[in-house]
Amino acid sequence: MQANNRTFYWIPYVLWIALFVVAPLLLIVYYSFFDLNGNFTFANYQNFFTPVYLTMALSSFWYAFLITFFCLIIAYPAAYFITHSKYKQLLLLLIILPSWVNLLLKAYAFLGIFSTYGAANSLLETVGIGARQILFTDFSFVFVSVYIFIPFMILPIFNALDKLNPALIYASRDLGASFWATFLKVIFPLTSSGVKAGVQAVFIPALSLFMMTRLIAGNRVITLGTAIEQHFLVTQDWGMGATIAVFLILIMIVMMIVTGTRKKGVL
Amino acid sequence: MKKLMQALIAVLLVAFGLLYAVDHLNASSGQTAGNTLTVYNWGDYIDAELIDRFEEETGIKVIYETFDSNEAMMTKIEQGGTTYDVAVPSEYMIEKMREQDLLYPIDHSRLPNLMYIDERFMDLPFDPGNRYSIPYFWGTVGILYNTDKVKSEITAWNDLWKPEFRNDILMIDGAREVIGMGLNSLGYSLNDTNEKHLQEAKAKLDTLTPNIKAIVGDEIRMLMENDEAAIGLVWSGTASELMWKKDNLEYVVPEEGSNLWFDNMVIPKTAKNIEAAYSFINFMLDPEVAAQNTEYVGYSTPNKKALELMPEDIVKDERFYPSADMTARLEVYENLGPEMLAHYNELFLKFKMHRK
Repeated sequence: MQANNRTFYWIPYVLWIALFVVAPLLLIVYYSFFDLNGNFTFANYQNFFTPVYLTMALSSFWYAFLITFFCLIIAYPAAYFITHSKYKQLLLLLIILPSWVNLLLKAYAFLGIFSTYGAANSLLETVGIGARQILFTDFSFVFVSVYIFIPFMILPIFNALDKLNPALIYASRDLGASFWATFLKVIFPLTSSGVKAGVQAVFIPALSLFMMTRLIAGNRVITLGTAIEQHFLVTQDWGMGATIAVFLILIMIVMMIVTGTRKKGVL
Repeated sequence: MKKLMQALIAVLLVAFGLLYAVDHLNASSGQTAGNTLTVYNWGDYIDAELIDRFEEETGIKVIYETFDSNEAMMTKIEQGGTTYDVAVPSEYMIEKMREQDLLYPIDHSRLPNLMYIDERFMDLPFDPGNRYSIPYFWGTVGILYNTDKVKSEITAWNDLWKPEFRNDILMIDGAREVIGMGLNSLGYSLNDTNEKHLQEAKAKLDTLTPNIKAIVGDEIRMLMENDEAAIGLVWSGTASELMWKKDNLEYVVPEEGSNLWFDNMVIPKTAKNIEAAYSFINFMLDPEVAAQNTEYVGYSTPNKKALELMPEDIVKDERFYPSADMTARLEVYENLGPEMLAHYNELFLKFKMHRK
């Protein structure tokens, strides 16, 4: 009876995974072996290893790295501060709130803020630095992306820090470790699972950003996401689009393995 | 668990309540779920008042969806997930959709208002005899510039390469438009498929990179309106709409030649409510409706009778209703086939990746 029940509970999960995870993945791989005329080919894979797509892959990687890096630098101290604050829940809510607003809406808002006559430039003007081009630069792209992704970095780190037993920190300080030594040897290793989860949650979606590259970077930043969008919607070369998607998935799997299986305390 | 159940019930109650309210509202405005028409059109390409008027007059509920490129539109129609009853593709895409058997033939006898359309816009090479499409708007591609910032006069594509426009040009995110402009600036046809010419055009476009501020989509309207850049590569309707709002903008169709395009209404094979599709097309062809729509949208109307109803300064404006002499320099996009289109796009992608 109990065994029966258990299989029953598995059905929705298995169906979901099969229909919405495994089947689409297989379809992507399947499509990647066809050319524009529907003939079987490996040409798409050869095509991926040409300078155009390799540079694109490298640049996607570089920007995703930058975004993740800045997210982490800002998120860790912020999460640390929140866990030690009296108003933990309120502060956490304030950080989560912006993620309830639609992504495109936020992007359009930044179009206004960063424009030549926008709020950011008037501020620079009054401070005496003088107006400059902010929109359509690498800076604006990374800035807005970090802004969008930061809740996904703060939350797992906050959870890890929150669960950390304060007695361990007191013990470390009692035994004569400096603040930095405590941080490097006790706090950070014990919260590295949160950092890894955060890095995954930011790096992987950052790899395939595409609307941002047009709206905020004015197509001056080209990522693999842009190329996929173009192949599926404009050239209708689904084969090439699927091939790029396959490589993106491979990169993501590598990321998961690298950030996922390290043993505790190795760092 | 009990709390969870309570929350779940609350959500369901609210959801059904809203569903009932929507249904009630629709019923009170005389619309029933059965009689709906799904229109698939370019963004900001109709006066929304006219949709309301059509709904009032016919009792048909209009579901209005938009797209921002012909290719995106075609992809969705090919997949057939949504029952689009009327769509508005451009000429080369109509040819392609016709070839792929995605369109229903149109019975002219069911469109009495068709007689108001100017002969010039009927029976064009992309759809001989207008068997599958009915003219909606037409226009050009050209240069929109800010006269406060641009002191010299711009007349040609080649003027854009002047060093004074450094980091001051916005381009539209379309492979045919941008590569076509490169080809035109060298004196080639924008339908050129000669590999040498295409590589030359790409190399020439690369040298324009320092002047390009960004390559954007429909946001170009907002950006030009806010003086974000001095020059924009735009469609004529975008230009006229903005010039109507701002006095310091000027539009020019470059002398080397440019693109002449037509957007026509079609009934795709995804259509379910063909009866309603005919009423909608006929409604849009009505001279008074067409005139109101043209004044709102800003593109050029093929409706001869509507032109008579419109203010003279719009109709006589050669920038938007070019003379025969000017029209001779313009070219219509040809359907180049999927391989060539893919090649154009790859060149465009490489051009985008070319850094300053």
